Amino acid sequence: MARLELENLTKRYGDFLATREVTLDVEEGEFLVMLGPSGCGKTTTLRMIAGFVEPSSGTVRLGARDITRLPPWRRNTGLVFQSYALFPHMTVNQNVAFALEMRRTPAAEIGTRVAEALRLVRLGHLGDRLPRQLSGGQQQRVALARALVFHPDILLLDEPLSNLDAKLREEVRVEIRNLQRELGITTVMVTHDQEEALTIADRLVVMNEGRVRQIGTQRDLYERPADRFVAGFVGRGSFLEGTSDGQGRFRTNGGIEIACAAVEAGPAVLGLRPERVGLAPNGADNSFEAVVEFVSYLGGLVDLHCRLTDSDRVIAQMVNTGGGDLPRVGDRIRIGWPAAAAFVFSGEKAK
Amino acid sequence: MLARALDSRRLRRLALKAAAAVAMLYIVLPLGFVTWLSFYAQEIPSYPPRGYTLDWYVAIMGNERFIRGLLLSAQLGLISTAIGLAVAVPAAVAIAHFRFRGRETINNLLLLPLMVPGVVLGTAIYVFHVETEINTGLPILGSLGGLVWGHVLVTIPWIVRLVTASLAGFDRTLEEAAQNLGATPWTTFRRVTLPSILPGVVAGALFGFVSSFGNLEMTLFLVGPGRTTLPIAILQYLQWKVDPTIAAISVVQIVLVAVAMLVTDRFVKLSRAV
Repeated sequence: MARLELENLTKRYGDFLATREVTLDVEEGEFLVMLGPSGCGKTTTLRMIAGFVEPSSGTVRLGARDITRLPPWRRNTGLVFQSYALFPHMTVNQNVAFALEMRRTPAAEIGTRVAEALRLVRLGHLGDRLPRQLSGGQQQRVALARALVFHPDILLLDEPLSNLDAKLREEVRVEIRNLQRELGITTVMVTHDQEEALTIADRLVVMNEGRVRQIGTQRDLYERPADRFVAGFVGRGSFLEGTSDGQGRFRTNGGIEIACAAVEAGPAVLGLRPERVGLAPNGADNSFEAVVEFVSYLGGLVDLHCRLTDSDRVIAQMVNTGGGDLPRVGDRIRIGWPAAAAFVFSGEKAK
Repeated sequence: MLARALDSRRLRRLALKAAAAVAMLYIVLPLGFVTWLSFYAQEIPSYPPRGYTLDWYVAIMGNERFIRGLLLSAQLGLISTAIGLAVAVPAAVAIAHFRFRGRETINNLLLLPLMVPGVVLGTAIYVFHVETEINTGLPILGSLGGLVWGHVLVTIPWIVRLVTASLAGFDRTLEEAAQNLGATPWTTFRRVTLPSILPGVVAGALFGFVSSFGNLEMTLFLVGPGRTTLPIAILQYLQWKVDPTIAAISVVQIVLVAVAMLVTDRFVKLSRAV
C-alpha cells in the first residue's frame, strides 16, 4: 500500500496531446476515480501508472519510489483489465498464482495465498476451472483476485464493470468497494459512468481533453463545479448564455436579468441544478414567468422543462406530494431560485 | 413456403457435399492406387494384378540407397525445421506485434521461397555458393551446411505464415496482464504468448518439415557426391527401372507423414491453426 503522486504527466503522440500536465495525489488507502468522456486521457493516465505508456514528460511516484521509467513488470501495481485478460490456457488457480510464481514465492506459500485470495472474492470452489468455464462476473472476480494476491502497492481498475449487465454491475460495485476498504489498498479506477464513479469513490478526478478539470469529493463536484464542463458532466443542469456585469447581475442573450454571484464582467454561462429551481411566488431573488414545454414524471419528483424566453430554457423540479393537479404542457407558471443557487462561469459557452 | 425453403437449403447442402466428395476422391484416389500397386506381384505394373506380395517392401529394406536417403532426408528436415523455427517464430512475432518501416517488405520476403519455383531457387543458391567458394575459399559447395541452408529457406515461409495466422487471433492485453503481474518480456512470451500460438508453431513446423522432406528440385542443385536424399534416390531409381518398389517407397513416405500429422494432432489441434 502506498501513496501515488502524479506530477505534470504529459503524453504526446505527434501533435496530439493525450494528457496535459496531469497532476494529482492519491492518499494511502484512498479510492480515487478518474471520470471523463472517452478520449479524455483517463485511460492513458492509468496506463502511465501501470507502465504501458511512457510519459513524454512528468513523473510518477509510488510510495517512496520514482517509477516513471520503470518497466511494468518491476512496478508492483495490480491492474484489472476491462476485458479481464485471464490467461485462457491456465486454470483459475494458475492464473492467480502467476504473479507469485514471478516473485519466486515458495510453492507451499503460493497454495495458501491463492486459496486465500479466491476466498476473498468468494470463488474458493472454482480453482480448477478454466476461465472460459466461468460466467462474466466470476471471471471479473478472478481478475480481481489475481491483481490482489501479490499485495500490490496500488490497485488499478480499468472500466472493470463495463462488461457486466446492469444488475450484476451494482452488486460487484459494492463488493469491490467493501474489499478495498477491508484491505485498505490505494485504488485508482477509470470509468466513464458517472453514477458508478459517484457511488464508489472517496474522491474523483474529472478529466476532459487530456486535462484535469477538477479534483474533489462528490459534493465538491456537484455543488461547486470548477467549470462548465464539470457542471454538465457530473449531474444534470440547465445552462444559460449571456453576459455578466461584474457586480452580481447576469443578462441572458434572451434579455432577462438574473441576480447571481459576482464574476468577472463579460461573456459568461450560468448553470442551474433542477432541484434548486422551484415553483416560486414573487419576491425570491429571481422569479420569472415561464411556459411549461414538457413534463417529465419521475415518481416522487416531477421535472418541468420551462421556457423563459425563446433562447432561455430552464428545468425546474417540484416534489410530487400527490395532492392537487400537476402543471401541464402550455401552462404559464412562476419559477424562481435564490441568487446563490446558480453557478456562473465567465468566458465560457453553454455547449 | 417453409417446406420449399427447407428443400432448397437441403439441396444446397447436398451440392456442397457432392463437390467435396469429388475433390476428396481426386486427392485420395491416386494415393489409393499407389498403395494398391505396391502389393502387386508382377514386376511390370499392369492391370489386373497377378497376385499380391510384400516383396517390394522387403526390397526397400535391402536397398541401401533408399535407407540412407530416408535417413538423410529425415535428418535434413529436422535440422532445417529447427533452424527455421528459431528464425521464423521471432520474425512472425515481430511482424505481428510491431509497426516498423519495411515491415510489409520483410513479410513478403519471408514468404518468397514458397513462390519462387524450386529450380530457380536451387540455381540461385547454387550460383551463390559457387561464387562464395571462389571468393572466400570456404568449402560450401555440396556441403551438408549448404544443403541445410537451402532447406531452411523452404521451411521458413510455412512457419511464418502459420504463426502469423495464429497471432492474428491473439489478444495482446494478455501480454500486458502478464507484465503487470511481474513477467519480463521473455517470460511473457514463454508462459503466455507461446502457449496461445502453439498450434500455429507446431503446424508450421510440420509443414516445413514435410516440404523439406519431399523437396526435389532445389535439392538437386545442392547435394554433393554421395549425399542422396530420398526424393533424389527415388528419381535415380526411376531412371533405369519402373517396378512397384517405387510404389512401396511412396507408401512408406505417405505413412510417415500421416503418422506425424496424427500424432501431432493428438497434442495440438491442427485444425485450429490451418
